[in-house]
Amino acid sequence: MSATVAQNVVPVDITVNGVEHHAEVEPRQLLVHFLRETLGLTGTHVGCDTSSCGACTIHLDGKAVKSCTVLTAQADGASITTIEGMATDGQLHPVQEGFWEEHGLQCGYCTPGMIMAASAFLETNPDPTEDEIRHALEGNLCRCTGYQNIVKAIQYAAKKG
Amino acid sequence: MVASVDAPEKMVGKAIKRREDPRLITGAGQFIDDLRMPGMLHIGLVRSPLAHAKIKSIDLSPALSMPGVVAAFTGEDFLDLNPLPAAWQAGGVTNHAVTPRVLAVNEVHLAGDPVAVVIAEDQYLARDAAEAVIVEYEELPVVVDAKKAAEAGAPQLHEEAPNNIVLEWSCGKDAEVVDKALADADVTAGLHIINQRLIPTPMEPRGSVARYDPGTGDYTLWITSQAPHVMRLLIAAFVLGIPEQKIRTISPDIGGGFGAKIFCYYDMPLTMAISKKLDGRPIKFFEDRVENYVSTTHGRDHISDVEVGATNDGKITALKVKTWANIGAYFSTIAAGIPTTLYGRMIAGCYKIPNIRVDVTATYTNTAMVDAYRGAGRPEAAYLIERVCDAVAAATGIDPAEVRRQNFIQPEDFPYDTGIGMLPYDSGDYERALDKALDLAGYTDLRAEQKRRIEAGEQKLLGIGLSSYVEVCGVAPSKWIGLGGEGWGAGLWESANIRVQLTGKTVVTTGSLPHGQGHETTFAQLVSDKLGIPYDDIQIKHSDSLGTPFGFGSYGSRSLTVGGTAIYKTTDKVIDKVKKLGAHMLEASEADVEFEHGKVFVKGSPDAAKSIQEIAAAAHVAYDLPEGMEPFLDETTYYDPPNCTFPFGTHVCVVEIDNDSGEVDIVKYLAVDDVGNVINPLIVGGQLHGGIAQGLAQALYEGAYYDDDGQLLTGSLSDYAIPKASQVPWYDLDSTVTPSPVNPMGAKGAGEAGTIASTPAVGNAVVDAVKHLGVNNIQMPMTPERIWTAINEAR
Repeated sequence: MSATVAQNVVPVDITVNGVEHHAEVEPRQLLVHFLRETLGLTGTHVGCDTSSCGACTIHLDGKAVKSCTVLTAQADGASITTIEGMATDGQLHPVQEGFWEEHGLQCGYCTPGMIMAASAFLETNPDPTEDEIRHALEGNLCRCTGYQNIVKAIQYAAKKG
Repeated sequence: MVASVDAPEKMVGKAIKRREDPRLITGAGQFIDDLRMPGMLHIGLVRSPLAHAKIKSIDLSPALSMPGVVAAFTGEDFLDLNPLPAAWQAGGVTNHAVTPRVLAVNEVHLAGDPVAVVIAEDQYLARDAAEAVIVEYEELPVVVDAKKAAEAGAPQLHEEAPNNIVLEWSCGKDAEVVDKALADADVTAGLHIINQRLIPTPMEPRGSVARYDPGTGDYTLWITSQAPHVMRLLIAAFVLGIPEQKIRTISPDIGGGFGAKIFCYYDMPLTMAISKKLDGRPIKFFEDRVENYVSTTHGRDHISDVEVGATNDGKITALKVKTWANIGAYFSTIAAGIPTTLYGRMIAGCYKIPNIRVDVTATYTNTAMVDAYRGAGRPEAAYLIERVCDAVAAATGIDPAEVRRQNFIQPEDFPYDTGIGMLPYDSGDYERALDKALDLAGYTDLRAEQKRRIEAGEQKLLGIGLSSYVEVCGVAPSKWIGLGGEGWGAGLWESANIRVQLTGKTVVTTGSLPHGQGHETTFAQLVSDKLGIPYDDIQIKHSDSLGTPFGFGSYGSRSLTVGGTAIYKTTDKVIDKVKKLGAHMLEASEADVEFEHGKVFVKGSPDAAKSIQEIAAAAHVAYDLPEGMEPFLDETTYYDPPNCTFPFGTHVCVVEIDNDSGEVDIVKYLAVDDVGNVINPLIVGGQLHGGIAQGLAQALYEGAYYDDDGQLLTGSLSDYAIPKASQVPWYDLDSTVTPSPVNPMGAKGAGEAGTIASTPAVGNAVVDAVKHLGVNNIQMPMTPERIWTAINEAR
């Protein structure tokens, strides 16, 4: 948030998508706003205010977390990956590829969060059942797809390894 | 055809991946909250915590004294803006339309009504400052129930609407005629149906960003709108009173709409007016989810009493419906059309019913406005008539599938007039879809298994639900829907422009636009096949009033059937000119040439063809054109459809219900849909999946509730139950194809079919599982608690 407003600031050092950032932020600032407003990484979306929808899911030190539920100050020293950091050298991550191949998205608003949640899940369970995939998405809501093609997208990525 | 011309890959009918996806899966989509502009300020709204109250005083000074707060205003500061428009007033009846102002003045009518606005340098501060504003209210009595609102002594919302009545509307035969038919029926059944209030919940809330240009007096307005051209017209002509051309509206990527983003909302003119007051600084409003839930439109909320009469062999002879429709605190943009035209006139469903009467009373209550939500009227109609079919089955002892079969409109009956004021149904073969669904589901075996479990006294009961639906898409012909008919202010036509440029690269602009449906892909497939231009050379541009021709927007499953037809007809115009110029280039007469796969050639001599790319170049450089021909390949169409389209099908839902707990498990969901010819099966499948999920969620999970004080009890995503991945089944999709004769593609529309069909399929399945216990109805959402209660009360 703008410095003219903040009475107190805390310094943070956060690595995002491999790039180190130093910033001074309001103590109350949510990590999602640091990513979106301070760094301009707008691929991480906000869809609710109750930690229900998961549109803001990112990887924080390799774990999928909802960035609306973490203060920027808490992420001091962390390494973060956002949706913008998922493709490497122009090559889509297998989960991104799966979403495209299997029509796993329609409006695309929940999609970055879905991809971040699914990719972290596959790290821990590389060969999941359909049921395990559905339960792994407990924290991510989609209103467009009815989830079936999201399940298929994740199965596609799992098969690709 | 003797000639053989190299055919490019055929695109129509192919399940190709969407071209929209690369930006959306990499975080490069541009949604409204992603817009960044120098000097942009943020809005914080002060909302009434009370559902009905007089505003005694508003003190903005605590907010204005905060550093970083730029300005603050109350409703009194915007009295020069007219109230929002009522674009659809039900035809043939008086509409007591009371629409909201950008900020409430003197009185609030729902909890969440905005009463003041603060403008600050950042979004956190805007919210802090909004909370600092002090408002004094004088509390007034509250009513939230549609039926109670019309009763004597109910709290009154608006002087202009005595007894809170928005409108009283009816269709069908005289009540006496239908009463007599009911009295003469072999069997009768009654149903009380509550089609509960739902919250549309696109994953992206709504927002507006406005920028006024003090130099020109022009505005640019970015909005999360399914109808940016219509918003421009409504705001210019009805709210601000300025020429349309002073406003440019742009819908960026939109994160779902489901109807809730069709309408004209307070924040659109409000951000514009503030930007003007603040010398052109861009003003941003973006709802949080709680604001979205309290102040963006809701859907459904009908209370209905139904009487049906039938013969002993299951033929429906009479249907009488009385519905109270909750409109909410004010009249939303097209609210009047939903419980009238799109509901009452579709009440016959797929059936020949000789005597129908529908009476609708729409009322104001101290709740969020109710307007179109996916299906908009048709889900309410389909749920009602499909529950009626099962009630007739129960009353006559005839199988629910046979009741439907007995009453179906037959293929030879089309075009079919149901006699209740709907346009004639275009085409259909309802029995074929039913038979296919029954066969694929293994219906006979399912019935046997259901019986076996009952006889064995098993704990898991089986329920089989059918839904044979028909819906109306592709709204709508001007002669029917316009002011003289159903009451929408204009005919709902669509437009397209195609430019084949010098290089052969082609730009299609359309008045239609996507909010997740993949128009950029589907429309390019259509144009590629028609013009023989490679798919990758065609770009679809949309959503910007400056660069696209006027269109009425995306809703009512109308994008392909109306917008797509405008494109189709434009390709015909391009082909006409290409043939003329091609013939000239070949030194042949136009009558002697053919156009195929993007090439013009003299009949029988395909080798000497001129490609559309060569012809486009010739049209552009323009130094050797036939006498009187204008340069450039550039054609436009405005298309007013002759009729709507009527997709149909049968869905089968199989549930297991735990006798002891009332828990429901959907063990099979099978959909046989007939949406006519399909351009992209991948996208149509996705539409059906999502639609089915939303519809089944109404049957089992979702419901928006207010307490008696008008507080929304389901005011966040942790309280309102949109389904999770683990709460929906696998959907088995199949189809029949009955092309629509209404448009040249034979398409019928697919955006809402799933939602319309699935609520009754699931609802019927649940009731079917427990009907042997004497249960004949359960209200939605059919939660385990409600099912358990129904089972135990029946025992």
